[in-house]
Amino acid sequence: MNKITIGISDLSVGAAPDSIITYALGSCIAICLYDPILKLAGMAHIMLPSSRECPADSNIRKFADTGAAELVRLMEIKGARRIRMKAKIAGGAQMFKVVSESANIGKRNTQATKDILRSMMIPIVAEDTGDDFGRTVEFFSNNGILQVRTAKMGNWEI
Amino acid sequence: MSIGSYEQINDVHLDVLREIGNIGAGNATTALSMMLGKRIEMAPPIVRLTSIPEITNALGGPENMVVGILCNLTGDIEGMMMFVLEQAFAHQIISQLLMREISNYDEMDDMDFSALREIGNIMAGSFSTAISALTNLNIGLDVPGISIDMAGAIMSVPAVAFGTIGDYALYIEEDIMEGEQYLKSRLLLIPTLESLNKIMRSLGLEV
Repeated sequence: MNKITIGISDLSVGAAPDSIITYALGSCIAICLYDPILKLAGMAHIMLPSSRECPADSNIRKFADTGAAELVRLMEIKGARRIRMKAKIAGGAQMFKVVSESANIGKRNTQATKDILRSMMIPIVAEDTGDDFGRTVEFFSNNGILQVRTAKMGNWEI
Repeated sequence: MSIGSYEQINDVHLDVLREIGNIGAGNATTALSMMLGKRIEMAPPIVRLTSIPEITNALGGPENMVVGILCNLTGDIEGMMMFVLEQAFAHQIISQLLMREISNYDEMDDMDFSALREIGNIMAGSFSTAISALTNLNIGLDVPGISIDMAGAIMSVPAVAFGTIGDYALYIEEDIMEGEQYLKSRLLLIPTLESLNKIMRSLGLEV
């Protein structure tokens, strides 16, 4: 089994028995998509809600809208069907309380992620978002389980 | 012409930023010595322009636990200042200020957090004074926020806030010597591009 590591503004697809891991999500979101028939898992680590806010930035993996669309595209190339895909999302924390509510990028990332998945008709079957702590997440392609590890609150699975 | 992204910062600009880093670190040493009531030795600061993932690695990797103190800049200069202290540094501060020995972050209470926040205030003040003294620009500081968590999660905050202007930050290493030991403290200075240009222009640099 390979453990595929992705960084910020990055994405990857892995087939069973691989897992995909990304470390220390703060206000970023891990968008995890799963095709249970193929046992194909994909994860995107997005940083900002919308590519429309930064038209000059060509990194489509940085944004919830373009990142999710690219992840779906890559999974479809590997044979996944959108109609079978289920999503799990994690992250979107507010690490510092000082930041004003309107600047709460974690919340905006979460909302933007939900919006884009809804528009692509991919149901979110589990989420672990918000609060004020960092999360390391690992997504297992053999069963679609998303493991969440935190420094302060312990570990769990969704 | 103006600096359109952090990638366009040249050696002359970097020298200016280094000078700000040097003066700020000097101020911070003095202020910290006064607060802790003892002489503090500081290693010569290292000032660099670095990408956020490189900084995360320099902080011991994404999952290393660190103390982040975040301060928003207001007034003539807008942007963000963030201090990242390693655990040993935080414990040292708490033991010196509050005469309390702690060995783990879990043992920290509200008093400890306010002590660290105060350190953040002092450091931020030291650097904003340095910039003001060089440029005559007026800089205001918000009350700092504090978070103890994985370095990657803490670094995502400036990364996201400035993800729209580039992935670089001005990174200042200023280690404190405590006996034989270096205590690591890191400062990130991320003015908006507009503010960065303002700093350069106020120093008479063609940007």
